[in-house]
Amino acid sequence: MKTIIVVGNGMVGYKFCEKFISKKGSENYKLIVFGEEPRPAYDRVHLSEFFENEDAKALELAPVSWYVDNNIDLITNERVTDIHRSGKTITTAKEREFSYDYLVLATGSVPFVPPIKGVEKEGVFVYRTIEDLEGMLAYAAKLKKTKPNAKAAVLGGGLLGLEAGKAVMDMGLEPHVVEFAPKLMPRQLDSRSSKVLQLKLESIGINIHLSKATNQILGNGTITGMEFGEDDTLNVDMLVVSAGIRPRDEIAKTCDLEMGVRGGIVVNNKMQTSDEAIYAIGEVALYNQMIYGLVAPGYEMAEVAAEHILGKDTVMSSEIDMSTKLKLIGVDVASFGEPFMPAAKGHSILFEDKTKSLYKRINVSHDGKKLLGGILVGDATDYNMLHQIYLNGMAIPENPEDLIIGARGEGGASFGSAMDLPDTAQICSCENVTKGTICGVIENGSCENFAEVAKCTKASTSCGGCKPMVVDLVNETLKSLGKEVKNSVCEHFDYTRQELYGIIKVKRLTSFDETLDACGKGDGCEVCKPVVAAIFASLYMDTANKEDVIQDSNDKFLANIQRNGTYSVVPRIPGGEITPEKLIIIGEVGKKYNLYTKITGGQRIDLFGAELNDLPAIWKELIDGGFESGHAYGKALRTVKSCVGSTWCRYGLDESVSFAIELEERYKGLRSPHKLKGGVSGCIRECAEARGKDFGVIAVEGGWNLYVCGNGGATPKHALLLTEKVDNETCIKYLDRFLMYYIRTAAPLMRTAAWLDKLEGGMEQLKKIVVKDSLNIADELEREMQFLVDAYECEWKQAIENENTKKRFNHFVNSDDRDDNLVFVPMREQKMPEHWGN
Amino acid sequence: MESILSKYIKVSPNEVKVWFKAASVGDFHENGGACVKYRDKQIAVFNFKRKGQWFACQNLCPHKMEMVLSRGMLGDENGIPKIACPMHKKTFSLETGENLNGDLDAIATYPVKIENDFVYIGFSE
Repeated sequence: MKTIIVVGNGMVGYKFCEKFISKKGSENYKLIVFGEEPRPAYDRVHLSEFFENEDAKALELAPVSWYVDNNIDLITNERVTDIHRSGKTITTAKEREFSYDYLVLATGSVPFVPPIKGVEKEGVFVYRTIEDLEGMLAYAAKLKKTKPNAKAAVLGGGLLGLEAGKAVMDMGLEPHVVEFAPKLMPRQLDSRSSKVLQLKLESIGINIHLSKATNQILGNGTITGMEFGEDDTLNVDMLVVSAGIRPRDEIAKTCDLEMGVRGGIVVNNKMQTSDEAIYAIGEVALYNQMIYGLVAPGYEMAEVAAEHILGKDTVMSSEIDMSTKLKLIGVDVASFGEPFMPAAKGHSILFEDKTKSLYKRINVSHDGKKLLGGILVGDATDYNMLHQIYLNGMAIPENPEDLIIGARGEGGASFGSAMDLPDTAQICSCENVTKGTICGVIENGSCENFAEVAKCTKASTSCGGCKPMVVDLVNETLKSLGKEVKNSVCEHFDYTRQELYGIIKVKRLTSFDETLDACGKGDGCEVCKPVVAAIFASLYMDTANKEDVIQDSNDKFLANIQRNGTYSVVPRIPGGEITPEKLIIIGEVGKKYNLYTKITGGQRIDLFGAELNDLPAIWKELIDGGFESGHAYGKALRTVKSCVGSTWCRYGLDESVSFAIELEERYKGLRSPHKLKGGVSGCIRECAEARGKDFGVIAVEGGWNLYVCGNGGATPKHALLLTEKVDNETCIKYLDRFLMYYIRTAAPLMRTAAWLDKLEGGMEQLKKIVVKDSLNIADELEREMQFLVDAYECEWKQAIENENTKKRFNHFVNSDDRDDNLVFVPMREQKMPEHWGN
Repeated sequence: MESILSKYIKVSPNEVKVWFKAASVGDFHENGGACVKYRDKQIAVFNFKRKGQWFACQNLCPHKMEMVLSRGMLGDENGIPKIACPMHKKTFSLETGENLNGDLDAIATYPVKIENDFVYIGFSE
């Protein structure tokens, strides 16, 4: 058994232990941890929360029992004073000696206290440990008893300094922040954003003093003020020094480890110091000639050291991401990537609104394709997404400004949800948890909510900055699972319609049973059967006669079942154009079979009240008269409505009726996820209401404008412009592509408008796919559509020509009797079914 | 309406007094249904080929009192064979008659037997 001594029990030292014991092979090592503070490691990042609850336990990373349970010797209140490299031992302040095989130095840092005259006076504090805070609290309480309007200053306007500013404000003291640089948070913010932050902080009562070099601390034994220059003083009763950190590297000096010029123990990318049995991690380690004061790189160092001791060759990233996001006194502040970018590398886009304390800056590469960094003040909601886009080098919108001001005109955010990130995207940089891991534990059922995911993956258990994103991912994944129950067709097929479409196509499945056996389970149901039937129709142009038992209610009998179980009959009247002779035929049929007749909204004639037994005879007469099925019963192309167009209309610009007929003839019988309707208008007066259809064509000077994805119904939507001024041929080409793409990808019973809403990238994306062929599938789509067009057959003609098929229209299998349950009542010279009794 | 419904009462195999010879097996679509007329009753009969079973129930959907169940779609819900009404997709267990997706009254079911390629339905009268 080998011994590892960890010197330092801060966040990084603790993280080393946690990571180490979770690894294979760690059972062969004994861990001894030294901490000089009286308590085990706690969360310094959230130190200011101590003011809110004064509960040190709440900040604890793990209780003492955790060390016991994991067989780690935790020795608190005992500082390691010397390292004897030759004998591989250390001694402590209590003069005890311990041997090690590996030594891990995680001594962290101490606040940097500038050598200012008088800094030793009473009332001057540093902001680092719980003890520091307790000292400040006690002093503030004492102050307020004698001086209710006591003032406190914070030396340092950096990240930690502003946190300290909030802390003293919470203590009831008048807060002043004093910064040497001409701006706040000089390492993270540019001047403009710093100004926005300053105005905001001032508005809530924090006094900001910039460009102030403190000469000395005034007071006789106890602080009474600060002096900056001649005649420039600030009276304060307490001072908190927050002027940065210095690595705690004294111990390395005792044993001649290589050090940086300005401190820090030099490490290589395996976290080894100049003595390979000694590692240094966290804020004491000087890596790439830098001290990293953030939690995330510290944790990565802990991981690298743990792995390396166990014989793996993991190395530290060569570039450390210094992006940060925090909430300062209710103000979001974030910076990522390169916040200040030289003009040589790209250009910046700025948005500033001082009235709302908002500032956003993004830096974009010259070619406009990559996000290089940015700054957000006032609203950092988009930080996580922007940070991920930056980290993953993801493509950014054509108009990069959409990233910070939102896509105009469409109301939506210009980037999708967290779900759009690649699985490899690192969501929690502290704990190095990827999107794949987070979604994975939900998908495999091991976690069901954010708390469980955090516990299981450790995501957002450290700085918590990624919490909104993790919550998003958890919710979206859960939704997608919940939806998957909805999205997956039903209990028999664990696939979406689109997936099922793909499977059936690739495996060339042609019957329902075959499909169930290949990729489903059980016996099917009223949900999956019609879906599969429609897919067969969309792929092979199978009519509903081929496998009638899987057809939906209406398709099964090629007619719409009505309120009393009778059916309606709708012959196709392309474009709404019909001769008087054909009108007479319809009239004769209606009279003969005593049918209620009505003109439909789609410019054709519906005959209601036909009994099942009569359907074949009715259709024989219609077909003999030159009619075809109108597919009014199917999730299929219904009609292409038209206005009279230039043929008769004095305003018409083109022959809308002719084109409507051409389109209806082309797409008749086309089965789709939901019904499809079209319209063609001869001019922009739009008498055919084409823009209220799934596809609408309007004649303009110079050609046809093609609009898609509109509908009437419960949520009316106007169709949107897909392309302008095209000729008939081009219009049909784009329509072929559009319709086929919709048929391929939509969910069952999803009309084109809803489908477009769900389509990532919306109309712009659809234009790219259909017009620009961005997916390189246009040929395939056109071919598939042409196959369907060529394979069209009137299914009513099929039905009446086949004796066996005709049999399914008998009401009884053992009798020629009709359904004696039917009752009709008169209604305005026609008839209607008796009202439902219940 | 009530009077129509009251005509249909579940018959268990041990209550069968009459085996009515309805039609030949070939008259029933595989995995589909057909309606059999027996006296003044309409009985939906299903050839659930995939399960290798036959089922019979009232043709009347208790929801809107239409004679349509034989035109519905067969399926199963967690293994329970069911029929979905073509009107509003109310589903009923073909074993117990229970309404699976609502709280409608159960439909009456009847025993079916196949002998010499003929389909017989069992009635208690």
